[in-house]
Amino acid sequence: MQDLPIKIDALIAKHQHLPGALLPLLHAIQDEVGYVPESSYKPIAKGLNLSVAEVHGVVTFYHHFRNHKPGRHTLQICRAESCQAMGSVALEAHAKKCLNIDYHQTTKDDAISLEPVYCLGNCALSPAVMMDDEIYGRVSVADLDALVAEATV
Amino acid sequence: MTIKIYIPRDSSALSMGAQKVALAIGNEAKKRGLDVHIIRNGSRGLYWLETMVEVSTASGRVAYGPVKVRDVPSLFDADFVNGKAHALNLGLTEELPWLKKQQRLTFARVGITDPISLADYIAHEGYQGLKNALSLSASEIVKIVTDSGLRGRGGAAFPTGIKWNTVLGCQSEQKYIVCNADEGDSGTYSDRMIMEGDPFVLIEGMTIAAIAVGATQGYIYLRSEYPHALVTLNAAIEAANLAGYLGADILGSGRAFHLEVRRAAGAYVCGEETSLLESLEGKRGQVRFKPPLPAIEGLFGKPTVVNNVISLATVPIILHKGSQYYADYGMGRSRGTLPIQLAGNIKQGGLVELAFGATLRELLYDFGGGSATGRPIRAVQVGGPLGAFLPESQFDTPLDYEAFSQLWAVLGHGGIVAFDDSVDMAVMARYAFEFCAIESCGKCTPCRIGSTRGAEVMGQIIAGKDTVKNIKLVRDLSDTMLNGSLCALGGMTPYPVLSAMNHFPEDFETKKASAA
Repeated sequence: MQDLPIKIDALIAKHQHLPGALLPLLHAIQDEVGYVPESSYKPIAKGLNLSVAEVHGVVTFYHHFRNHKPGRHTLQICRAESCQAMGSVALEAHAKKCLNIDYHQTTKDDAISLEPVYCLGNCALSPAVMMDDEIYGRVSVADLDALVAEATV
Repeated sequence: MTIKIYIPRDSSALSMGAQKVALAIGNEAKKRGLDVHIIRNGSRGLYWLETMVEVSTASGRVAYGPVKVRDVPSLFDADFVNGKAHALNLGLTEELPWLKKQQRLTFARVGITDPISLADYIAHEGYQGLKNALSLSASEIVKIVTDSGLRGRGGAAFPTGIKWNTVLGCQSEQKYIVCNADEGDSGTYSDRMIMEGDPFVLIEGMTIAAIAVGATQGYIYLRSEYPHALVTLNAAIEAANLAGYLGADILGSGRAFHLEVRRAAGAYVCGEETSLLESLEGKRGQVRFKPPLPAIEGLFGKPTVVNNVISLATVPIILHKGSQYYADYGMGRSRGTLPIQLAGNIKQGGLVELAFGATLRELLYDFGGGSATGRPIRAVQVGGPLGAFLPESQFDTPLDYEAFSQLWAVLGHGGIVAFDDSVDMAVMARYAFEFCAIESCGKCTPCRIGSTRGAEVMGQIIAGKDTVKNIKLVRDLSDTMLNGSLCALGGMTPYPVLSAMNHFPEDFETKKASAA
């Protein structure tokens, strides 16, 4: 496996020519590394001719980007109105209780990070959740338990 | 003979197990020595029937649904590959009343074609609009779009042709077409369905826009919550590039148009056009002051058309069939059709494209079949998290931009979220403030501070504390946000809040009684 700084430098070199390169670059880093390490701010800033503050400002503005290592899986629960109309509040409470964490936290065994999401575009089949890149609709408490069990193995 | 089987690749279908169903059908067919060709189409939009599997027969496509993996062996036993009877047989897809009652113009191909097959797109009247556009002058194209009456389907309902005309009139060596695919409103998914189910129609619409205004570069700003749409869009763009429908010389016309998908990063406010442009430029998605309009100084300071997915995806049929054909649908100043999305607590949720003018009641009961829980529908929220709540007494309102504004409501992007009688409207009002607080870009004070204060005061109302005083305070605060915010996020959060208070006062005032 490549060292993190080498990986980051390669991604910077690949993206720095793009107009408005910062978001595509941050996506590339997060896709590859799992998050945007704070240690990457300085080389990114240098490569894109920005200040470190600007890079930090962008990373922290967007809900999607995170600057700390997540769990092996990310569970997103939709909190928006359509899912609320179909019982997502109870689903959230159940998830927090059985994982024993709150939103933006990771389980002790590093298996699952829990994140809120505001609409997955699956509103005809609410409530919806997403485990990594897989979306699930009409999710019951039992369905959620099964997903969590599968991810915890 | 090869049997054609259609199994959707649409996210919502996948959320009900379409991927596993497709694998199971493929394996079962192999086991039985049947020659089947599985096409991963878009969804027909009857989501309560997903996974809906269709087979091609001599009399047309026959639908089965909702299919689970465990149903697959019995489907084969019943000879479903020849459209035979089975408990899940729904009959000919085209004859399903839910589809038959619709007027699908923008969604004409969704669910029918293979989304990433350019040949299939062309075989179903695709790229006819672009061919016509290439034979017209720029101002003729803009005039056709203006005359069709098409208004921005993202929610603001600004006439598309007028926006294009402004960009056309600007002198600049570089202009841009930006597609706003940051579909963040709860209860909406029509953009996603187009991008996953018929991406070429969006690409064609953007290409026509580029030719009309003289732009050579386009971006689709796609929300990061839609990973499947990213795949279909990129596959379609690649196919269009290879076949000369995009690139340096479109169909030998000498006109260039390059198109790229850019991923958003989970900020609701980036659905606002100026904040979207900031984000595309690689910055924090903070709202810009207007003027200057993006049409004059948009992306990287250049003239830019920013249109919603549905607006752009509707352009090809207008250029193909003419402005009058499209304008003949609709009512009043709302011309054409609206892809309506039924969501929330609804028995039969899905995509209903109809001419403007149908009533909420028809949609909720004739199409939607009432609530999913079987309890009375007490309220609906139309137009996303910044849309007003409407009570049952307003369900006869026709879907029309002006009819909704008269009720101090908005049609927005056409999403309808139903709530049954277990909903607490004070909790929904607090959520509206909370959501605004989470998503505020922070540039203007009414939105940044008002949203947090609003959530706090609503919390006190819910706790039954100083109800009368606090209700007055929320109304006061709403007035400030409504009139003092820089964009619609802060400026329209009072819509759900005040409509909830006005139409459902009992949910706010009784807190006092129950707490006392």
